[in-house]
Amino acid sequence: MNPLLPTVILMLVIFALTMLVALYSTFAERKVAAFLQDRLGPNRAGPGGILQPLADGIKMIMKEELIPVMSNRFLFVLGPGIAMICALMAGVVIPWGPDVQIGGQTYYLQLADPDFGILYVFAVVSIGVYGIMIGGWASNNKFSLMGALRASSQVISYELSMGLAIIALVMMTGSLSMRDIVMQQQGFNWNIWYQPLGFLIFLVTAFAETNRTPFDLPECETELIGGFHTEYSSMKLGFYLFAEYINMFISSAVMAALYFGGYNYPGMESVNAAVGPVWGALIGFAVYFLKIVLFIFFFMWVRWTVPRFRYDQLMKLGWKGLLPLSLLNIFLTAALLLWLRK
Amino acid sequence: MLTGSQHIRLEEGSLEKETITLNIGPTHPATHGVFQNIVEVDGERIISGEATIGYIHRAFEKIAEHRPYYQITPLTDRLNYCSAPINNMGWHITCEKLMGISLPKRVDYLRVIIMELARIADHIICNSILGVDTGAYSGYLYVFQYREKIYEIWEEICGSRLTTNIGRIGGLERDFNDIAWRKLDEFLREFPRVLREFEQLFTRNRIFLDRTVGVGAISAERALNYGFTGPNLRACGVDYDVRVFNPYSSYEDFDFQIPVGRHGDTYDRFIVRNEEMWQSLSIIRQAVQKVDQLPDKTSFHADSPHYYLPPKQEVYTGMEALIYQFKIVMGEIPVPKGEIYQAVEGANGELGFFLISDGGRTPYRLHFRRPCFIYYQAFPEMVKGQLVSDAIITLSSLNVIAGELDA
Repeated sequence: MNPLLPTVILMLVIFALTMLVALYSTFAERKVAAFLQDRLGPNRAGPGGILQPLADGIKMIMKEELIPVMSNRFLFVLGPGIAMICALMAGVVIPWGPDVQIGGQTYYLQLADPDFGILYVFAVVSIGVYGIMIGGWASNNKFSLMGALRASSQVISYELSMGLAIIALVMMTGSLSMRDIVMQQQGFNWNIWYQPLGFLIFLVTAFAETNRTPFDLPECETELIGGFHTEYSSMKLGFYLFAEYINMFISSAVMAALYFGGYNYPGMESVNAAVGPVWGALIGFAVYFLKIVLFIFFFMWVRWTVPRFRYDQLMKLGWKGLLPLSLLNIFLTAALLLWLRK
Repeated sequence: MLTGSQHIRLEEGSLEKETITLNIGPTHPATHGVFQNIVEVDGERIISGEATIGYIHRAFEKIAEHRPYYQITPLTDRLNYCSAPINNMGWHITCEKLMGISLPKRVDYLRVIIMELARIADHIICNSILGVDTGAYSGYLYVFQYREKIYEIWEEICGSRLTTNIGRIGGLERDFNDIAWRKLDEFLREFPRVLREFEQLFTRNRIFLDRTVGVGAISAERALNYGFTGPNLRACGVDYDVRVFNPYSSYEDFDFQIPVGRHGDTYDRFIVRNEEMWQSLSIIRQAVQKVDQLPDKTSFHADSPHYYLPPKQEVYTGMEALIYQFKIVMGEIPVPKGEIYQAVEGANGELGFFLISDGGRTPYRLHFRRPCFIYYQAFPEMVKGQLVSDAIITLSSLNVIAGELDA
């Protein structure tokens, strides 16, 4: 058997899974919104509206594609592409489940495990904002430009606090590899118990990084019409919307992996011993997925509850609120580590 | 490599600063209607603004000069279409004042019920859309369902929902039916719970407070200079309310409070409107009680055959009624000469009708005093120096409605 085959299969599975989750996140978002607002939500396509995402996808592809005359054509097309690719790339380093041993061979449910795992996620997500910036600028529309400016300044400001929150975590774990970090959180030994403040900062910044309410200023319908994607139509718009949902999925996955033990759950060893390694891995994956879904629900819940910030308030929260807090978190973690080592 | 002294130094003021002219409207999600705000922005800060009106000017005042009095009611529907019944009633009360028609108390109370429902409907729109404009969508749908219930009540009373054309000169077209009473009862029972929920979502919400407190503020003095009335003036701390200062339709019989704000900002306007909804609910309850207690159980119009259409039954059988019917429909009613001004407390502010009659079948001149037209004049001043986001919620909390802006 070609040694690359399992990796290729896993790659395809993860790609399909990411797309599927993103697809059904759009559906879930509308259903959650409906649930929170005493409505029914989409229920026409298929039983219970289950085919709605497909209908939306077909609609997006079949729509007329408009490229404004005054826009920069190349960049206009490039923007959504970058957003989409970067969103998809982040899933590579996430450990989806525990290792599986079949026939004396160990398979990792992770595509790559570089030493710089977390940094890779950051890097890719940061590049993702170029998609928004380029798209907003290339549209040659004032509202798009304002959306793009908001997006870039927002992401840059909040990435800082996010990185600092992670530094505190890394100080504790001693590794940047996602795999190591998840493996350290055996059983119920989750990082959230040691890094509650860090998690809070990470959560807030994750909202900002994914441009979700209350930080959805880049698209901000009532002020900027559509923000950076005002001029976009058909599948290019679809890519932007999709990228947002994929980002949400990846953020949830990263949060669940870094702070909530990934696929770990209390009593995993005894379950694994009872059902065997393959089923054990599948259950681990299911648990991880459940955590991710809960986070996605939380994202949606917040979106349909709170208003959004104003631009200057957003900056104030980022620089004057979260940044000092994350520095304090680093200091506390360091002090605690020193004290424990003595 | 550059050393310190080699760094390029820019002269103070040598950089040319460019500003952007941003057109918010005529079709923009935030304008809720067709009108254009041209703002000059430096980054996101508004340097100057200009309010442009006239996109849907339909020359109602001129049209009114060519129509018999009863045909002007549908024009008033289309002023502030969020609370059309108040406009209808205002016009009818103006005509009745000119023609000297006195109404039975029961009609007054029924009208009060309709008008206060309209006030609630209007405030629901304004406040919940303010929520949408700040980004919180759910509260809007919570209360909007109950706006639908108000529409259903109107449907029972007059047959239509948005542009109601409710009532006639000299009373109502027909009495409330049983379904209307039942639906009104249901509404009075259920709405307080929802309104409370809505308030809980917003009034103490940290983000909402940050977004609205001190935003789009105007001082009481400036507001009075502009001619503000209604909730927008009361938010500045001036307790002017036409219902109290110049009662019409027996408002003097009711016991209610006028909520006033202090700072005249978006938050105060929001709170004042919310409180007015509670007061309106209380007024409706009182009115229902008063209607129940009146000995008169059936009258729904004045006894003035010259101005109020006789029942169809009599038109087909009696000569008198046939003549009245003919004359009224042709607009040949005896209208005295005169100049009058009658105002009602519209949901948005003082809605005035200035009417000059030369005794003919149509008004010689009719002017609508439209509160939105006045608020919108102050908009550029109110948003100067604020951010684009502030401008949008200021506009939304002033409740400028395009139909009323451009009569």
